Amino acid sequence: MYSTKYHKPASIADATAALTAGEDATILAGGQTLLATMKQHLASPSDLVDIRAIDGLSDISADGNVLTIGAAATHTAVASSAVVRDVCPALADLASGIGDPAVRNVGTIGGSVANNDPAADYPAAMLALGATIVTNTREITADDFFEGLFSTALEDGEIITAVKITAPAKAAYAKFPQPASLFALVGVFVADGAGGVRVAVTGAGEDGVFRQGAMESALGANWSAGALDGVAASQDGLMSDMHGAADYRAHLIAVMAKRAVSAA
Amino acid sequence: MTTVNMTVNGKAVSGNIPDNTLLSEFLRENLRLTGTHIGCDTSQCGACVVHINGMPVKSCSTLAVSLDGAEVLTIEGLTKGGKDAELHPMQVAFNDNHGLQCGFCTPGMIMTGIDMVKRYKAEGKDLTSDAIRAELEGNICRCTGYHNIVKSIEDAATKM
Ligand SMILES: Cc1cc2nc3c(=O)[nH]c(=O)nc-3n(C[C@H](O)[C@H](O)[C@H](O)COP(=O)(O)OP(=O)(O)OC[C@H]3O[C@@H](n4cnc5c(N)ncnc54)[C@H](O)[C@@H]3O)c2cc1C
Ligand code: FES
Ligand code: FES
Repeated sequence: MYSTKYHKPASIADATAALTAGEDATILAGGQTLLATMKQHLASPSDLVDIRAIDGLSDISADGNVLTIGAAATHTAVASSAVVRDVCPALADLASGIGDPAVRNVGTIGGSVANNDPAADYPAAMLALGATIVTNTREITADDFFEGLFSTALEDGEIITAVKITAPAKAAYAKFPQPASLFALVGVFVADGAGGVRVAVTGAGEDGVFRQGAMESALGANWSAGALDGVAASQDGLMSDMHGAADYRAHLIAVMAKRAVSAA
Repeated sequence: MTTVNMTVNGKAVSGNIPDNTLLSEFLRENLRLTGTHIGCDTSQCGACVVHINGMPVKSCSTLAVSLDGAEVLTIEGLTKGGKDAELHPMQVAFNDNHGLQCGFCTPGMIMTGIDMVKRYKAEGKDLTSDAIRAELEGNICRCTGYHNIVKSIEDAATKM
């Protein structure tokens, strides 16, 4: 890892100042992705601005049926939060299935969402739940936020402060993990929420997380696993790699979607 | 360079270290606590697991400078007393159940094992052998085939 300068601001204002002052300053959260990238010399930030000590950034709260999760909340905190369990248990279940216990103790929801790995779990939840990504400057809907492989609507130096979710009537996530990386080979999040029925797929798309329209229509008319019989997922735009070809991933999308609907 | 102060195995320690120093490097190179092993350095194997403020974390994927004021527990901190050291029940169980062969993964297995036993006890959940296997998701052993590691943790759970 190349040398870097570490900062631990206590406020968003100080974090923004450090991000602006550094020549090539980057936000650090759990570091479970960023530090590995730096070791491989794929990133060499001049400055690391650790956002975890910022007041309130790890808070989890609910106001009626709206859940707000601070960007620095760890996967363990989300998985074990009574508030999350109450408002959106599917999200707590998803968090408890990310990586392994040591990764969950450090990795954060903001880091995962900002990174937008095409096989990460949280992006599927954000898209299916119609979440709002809150930053230090604005609010972005999940539909506008995830733009493609590892790319999002975030501007340089823009800090995610929280994600906001309205409690769905029903929701569940089913993941077929790639056993070596633990990321999703295919993961499907289904939700019947404020924005209607939504089905979001991760792990499979060449451009990252996406919505499965045909399944949304079928489930909108009849919320049951049986409603998905005969609704095949298209192979168009799906990844093919050493872990699975596009047709295999397409098949898994249908299987995982049914499992998720049955569990919801 | 940044000066960092933390408590490691109950002792106050400090170091003036480059900002990109990993906790695993700080423990091994600066403090000479070489019980924490580095198997992969890519956060896959779990040989480097230590407890930070009571929670297991991969020390190869944590910056030491981010831990100012933290409490760190390593494998060296488990035994009580000096010369006539008394091993931790998890260490005894690994010994009794042949839970190690080369021993490279063992420090991480033991730190992970202790956490899962404590957590399941605190939550009143049953630590079944299936649960142990799931909890060991982030710890790789190249020798044992895992059966005796699972047995060791089951055994220690009855004694902790
Ligand atoms: C062994 C292993 C297994 C894993 N398994 C899974 C898995 O099964 N599923 C899964 O989804 N993920 C998995 N992950 C990834 C893990 O969830 C990471 O924690 C996560 O992707 C990144 O979160 P972080 O807090 O560590 O972010 P960091 O690594 O600190 O940062 C990641 C990126 O996000 C940016 N960033 C961080 N926080 C913010 C913010 N608040 N605002 C703006 N930008 C920000 C950083 O600048 C950086 O570019 C795994 C990781 C490992 C090491
Ligand atoms: S050395 Fe840290 S996980 Fe392998
Ligand atoms: S005992 Fe050799 S790696 Fe586990």
